[in-house]
Amino acid sequence: MRLLVFASRNWKEIVRDPLNLAFGFGFPLVLLLLLTAMQKNIPASLFRIEELAPGMAIFNLAFISLFSGMLIAKDRSTSFLMRLFTSPLSASDFILGYTLPLLPIAVMQCVIFFAAAFFLGLAVNVTVLVALAVVLIPVAVLFIGIGLMAGSVFTDKQVSAICGAGLTNACAWLSGIWFAPGLVGGWFEAIAYALPFVYAVNAARAAIAGDYASIFPQLWWVIGYAVVIMTAAILVFWKWMGSDHM
Amino acid sequence: MTEIRIAGLTKRYGEKTAVNNLNLTIQKGELFALLGVNGAGKTTTIKMLSCLIAPTSGDAVLLGDSIVSACSAVKEKINVSPQETAVAPNLTVMENLEMIAGIYGSDRKAAGIKAAGMLSAFCLDEVACSKAKTLSGGMQRRLSIAMALISEPEILFLDEPTLGLDVLARRELWNAIGKLKGKVTIILTTHYLEEAQALSDRLGIMAKGELKAVGTVPELVSRAGAQTFEDAFVALATDQGVNV
Repeated sequence: MRLLVFASRNWKEIVRDPLNLAFGFGFPLVLLLLLTAMQKNIPASLFRIEELAPGMAIFNLAFISLFSGMLIAKDRSTSFLMRLFTSPLSASDFILGYTLPLLPIAVMQCVIFFAAAFFLGLAVNVTVLVALAVVLIPVAVLFIGIGLMAGSVFTDKQVSAICGAGLTNACAWLSGIWFAPGLVGGWFEAIAYALPFVYAVNAARAAIAGDYASIFPQLWWVIGYAVVIMTAAILVFWKWMGSDHM
Repeated sequence: MTEIRIAGLTKRYGEKTAVNNLNLTIQKGELFALLGVNGAGKTTTIKMLSCLIAPTSGDAVLLGDSIVSACSAVKEKINVSPQETAVAPNLTVMENLEMIAGIYGSDRKAAGIKAAGMLSAFCLDEVACSKAKTLSGGMQRRLSIAMALISEPEILFLDEPTLGLDVLARRELWNAIGKLKGKVTIILTTHYLEEAQALSDRLGIMAKGELKAVGTVPELVSRAGAQTFEDAFVALATDQGVNV
């Protein structure tokens, strides 16, 4: 009951913030529309919807880190968390309360995004949607973990810069959404393949293509990153809760 | 009846001692003010008593439960209104109150009833459906204190409740706090002399992490041999006074 009350509050805080709605829901849709329109006017296959939509879906989910990180950092900076730390809420209530509301938000982002992609010509069926869900859930957990950790360590201004600019740009450029990292090669390609984003995009593209055998070799990287980052985020939050610096 | 018994409470951060060997008892229903300049150790004391930070040594027993060994039990009986306004900005006033009631175990119906009672008690009815972030500073503080009271705590900590408020908002809040006297045991921190004087049954003067003197305002003025409370505060806080 306590957990649900706290989770409900966090849900309301996120979905009632117009900036969250603009960046998390509107911005990726505008990009999808623009790039699809661009594709219609150029002879080369640069932004085919089958390649673009799964990549953009991963980019879309990167904003989850911004949502969760900003919420936690603001709660810390305004003493709201200090108030709640004197309440009977347990450490697990806090962690689940900040995590659970983000999963339905991630689902909403994906549903709205793929509905738009469908109207722009993306062919999907039930099997593809199930495969996409299998791919996108660990990706969402990965971004939730990054947000939880950022919110526990940084101020809201720092989270805005790190998750809002740094993470989304890293996800956009180092994931192969617009171009394969191999086209640049060298250190750029090495960094891209050391991070989880390119594997997430590859797994999502395999799901859309119905190439289910190719999903898990890519997705294991994402799951591994998600487990490590989420575990580290929980430990960091726990440590901060028990610290003398609140 | 003794509600709070503090014995040798100490908090050190490395070489710095924030609170040193605090000894104090507070009676049931008493409004006790901790008065001191910034950095005196008031907020650190509140944080230890509300189980936010652990003492380096010493202990405090609140209604029979130790802040060192029974934090969960202590948290069920207390509530805190922090120094900075601590409200959920995108929730309405009503939702903020219902949320805190729910976190302290009320079901949805009971939370609604309690929230309605708090809206009325703190004159927040007209803004019940407004988002907390749209309220004035004074109203946000009133909401913050109402949120601390909705759990019906036996002990309430008010950390600098009127900090940064204008004169009118401060007076409104004093009235609201004054109405609680005798019903809830309150520990209030402040660096406004007139606030401690107007609200408290007894007060303790803190300086450099130490409790320099405890008593009623007339007792402290008399003990310091001063003409005014301000003179008494200066004398006691700067070690020109006498023993606790």
